[in-house]
Amino acid sequence: MAGTFYSQIAANRRNSFFLALVVVVLLGMLGFAIGYGTTGQAAAGLGWLGIFGVIAIVSSLASYYTGDKVVLGVSKARLVTAETQPQLINVVTELAIAAGVPMPAVYTIDDTAPNAFATGRDPKHASIAITTGLLEKLDREELQGVIGHELSHVRNYDIRYSLLVGVLVGTVALLADFFLRFTFWGGLGGRRSSSDRDGGGGLQAIILVLAIVLAILAPFFARLVQLAVSRQREYLADASSVELTRNPHGLEQALAKIAEDKEVLEVANRATQHLYFTNPIKKFEARSKGLFSTHPHIVDRINRLRALTGEAPLGPTDEGELAGLD
Amino acid sequence: MEAVVILLVIIAVLAVAGVLIYNGLVARRNRVDEAVGQIEVQLKRRHDLVPNLVAAVKGYMDFEQDVLTKVTEARANAVAAGASGQITAQQAQAENTLTGALRSLFAVVENYPQLKANENVLSLQEQLTTTENQISFSRQHYNATVNDFNTTLQTFPAVLVAGPLGFTKREFFAAEPEAQEVPVVSLR
Repeated sequence: MAGTFYSQIAANRRNSFFLALVVVVLLGMLGFAIGYGTTGQAAAGLGWLGIFGVIAIVSSLASYYTGDKVVLGVSKARLVTAETQPQLINVVTELAIAAGVPMPAVYTIDDTAPNAFATGRDPKHASIAITTGLLEKLDREELQGVIGHELSHVRNYDIRYSLLVGVLVGTVALLADFFLRFTFWGGLGGRRSSSDRDGGGGLQAIILVLAIVLAILAPFFARLVQLAVSRQREYLADASSVELTRNPHGLEQALAKIAEDKEVLEVANRATQHLYFTNPIKKFEARSKGLFSTHPHIVDRINRLRALTGEAPLGPTDEGELAGLD
Repeated sequence: MEAVVILLVIIAVLAVAGVLIYNGLVARRNRVDEAVGQIEVQLKRRHDLVPNLVAAVKGYMDFEQDVLTKVTEARANAVAAGASGQITAQQAQAENTLTGALRSLFAVVENYPQLKANENVLSLQEQLTTTENQISFSRQHYNATVNDFNTTLQTFPAVLVAGPLGFTKREFFAAEPEAQEVPVVSLR
């Protein structure tokens, strides 16, 4: 991707929108197939979607309102002030001014592995956490790049966006799971007799088979799409950080430094990995690249930043140093 | 009868659209005004920090009186130029002179090892760095809000009604020609 950060931002937003749309379509198809396949009535799917949609939404509401506190607690984050961390607070203040958002709460995590995350449902209720390892390893310019990235997650409402996609994917999974259990453990024969009115018995049987196939495959594909959305939002946060700092170099250096660091962030796990600046689970990352990753490959992120200043992308020798580490 | 209903619906839709466009323009214009205020806030912050800095280094730097004097004078000029509260060419130039004087001061501080390591001075240096950054970022944000306002103003559909409603283009913050000169760092 070349051009300006404006065009990168627009492309990332477009891509994540269409990906989310794919999940909506998938959900619609699954709902319709299940509804029609089991009852022969075209609108029956709506009822199922409604029920499982509500379940997924309700189970996500807790996460929406209290998720940030939970994540901060699990990560053993400590609140900092201008007295304890003046430079960090100053850098966050500067970027909050550039972004036009209120000052978020700032936390540090006592760990030598360099990483950071942002959480909070909107800019007024946002928190940013940085590891002490990151603070030690990066200089002011690089720290600006990373904070710009995290603040951009906040101002792009990424936490809310991810939750929305999560609700959709969760509904697909719930609906598919329930349906498959229902099909295999009985109850289906009786319901089909109500379709005699339609006279569409053959079509209904086909749709029912389709529903079973979809129920098996859809959760997997929805999850893949969810991961793709996560990667797009990471690219978006990188480009938005450049929009704030007007300095791709700082962020690029930060990424390179972090990629070279082999340490594992102890407080991170599979549930929280998607929130971090780079994937904190190095082992997991090494085994599942590409489609199964929450974060884009660091080399790709660096190359997109280099494209903004017209620099050449990383060559094979540079890549060799960084490859296998993310 | 049907024609009247259709007409009423069209009028209602146009009215709602008009309200949304108007509100959107007002919101954006207010963001521009807020951004102007923010720049002034940052400039004032710097004015307030300077006396502390001069006091902290004064004891150590008996031989550098003229550098300290230049800083104090530049600050006084900047405060005076900014008194009107409006962004003017005079103010921009005065602020630029202050930037130059401060850089001279920190260049001289490099020659005094005790001073360089002094926690007070280091803390003030960080505060001045962040203030300079905050001034730049406020100006950058101001330009972003002006860009957003002007673009909305000039594109469809707001462009149709913006003039009659009394909205006009705002200017970007542009460094004055004098401000584009590199500030002089005097090591004397």
